[in-house]
Amino acid sequence: MRLLEFFRLARRRTSSAETAKQRLQVLVALDRSGGVGPDFLPLLQRELLDVIRKYVEVDPGRVKIDFERGPDCSILEVNVELPTQNLARRLAV
Amino acid sequence: MPKVIVVTSGKGGVGKTTTAAALATGLAMRGHRTVVIDFDVGLRNLDLIMGVERRVVFDFINVINDGIRLHQALIKDKRVEGLYILPTSQTRDKDALTREGVERVIEELKQEFEYIICDSPAGIEKGAYMALYFADEAVVVTNPEVSSVRDSDRILGIINSRSKRAEEGLEPVRQHLLLTRYDWDRVQRGDMLKLEDVVEILAIPVLGVIPNDPAVLQCSNLGIPVVLEPKSPAGEAYKDAVARLLGQDLPLRFVQPPRRGLVDWLLRRSA
Repeated sequence: MRLLEFFRLARRRTSSAETAKQRLQVLVALDRSGGVGPDFLPLLQRELLDVIRKYVEVDPGRVKIDFERGPDCSILEVNVELPTQNLARRLAV
Repeated sequence: MPKVIVVTSGKGGVGKTTTAAALATGLAMRGHRTVVIDFDVGLRNLDLIMGVERRVVFDFINVINDGIRLHQALIKDKRVEGLYILPTSQTRDKDALTREGVERVIEELKQEFEYIICDSPAGIEKGAYMALYFADEAVVVTNPEVSSVRDSDRILGIINSRSKRAEEGLEPVRQHLLLTRYDWDRVQRGDMLKLEDVVEILAIPVLGVIPNDPAVLQCSNLGIPVVLEPKSPAGEAYKDAVARLLGQDLPLRFVQPPRRGLVDWLLRRSA
């Protein structure tokens, strides 16, 4: 009996349906919570850029924003490529 | 010359997104730079089928309306070189799609990609219309079932009259039939429309016949395009369809009863 259960559990752990359920739980929770979605990201990006531009000249095309959703937390990663020359000049002052 | 291909059907649930994901992945596997765009605004699902749902940051709608650059919204597939996904918005609705906006994005994609696959929503409303408007070719996904065949005929009519090519009097959109969920046993029993029946009614060339295959559901559970599943009949059939899309002349597979081995035969007898 126990052996059977063990096999059943082992099978379930690898089944594609279980993976599907986990993927959906993460997604649906985020969809329902509404505000946590990345809908504010365009505005956030624009404002971040404005702040950075006060100090350094940056090319808007050189900004990379990544957003990775996880079950417990999400990670927002903002990468701004700064032109070396400008930065060096600023730092020297 | 880059090609815009719409995957459409009229009816929902026939396998449009599965097909768009499989064809795009198959084209990229053959070395063609390919992007697949989700036109189902508000009900995005292509990201889920492609397994990139956790990596969506910006989307098609942000590029059209919010001044986000295209390269920020494109998601690079980690499995196949040269494959990109352009997801749609989950919160906006289809009115966010403007013809000018869609045209601008497609023109920009043409600079970088050989194939632009447009995954159409079901229905014949704005989203579906926008997905087919700029198409050079159309893959009409059809199930061997009365309502699906009727809806496919309706969508073919719309492609012939309302696409950009039709409106501008250019060479018509090349149309292909892709028959999905084909079940030879049921066809043989006379319970399902035959390929020949569907072809006779719709009168367009066949791009492929995809057999009913449990691997399709397993792959969607896992977020893997079915062409990446080795040895799956549906995956193989999609690879054949990709080859035909590229101009190869291949015989149709999976339209006849599979040859059964001795073990199969014995198992069936004892069952």
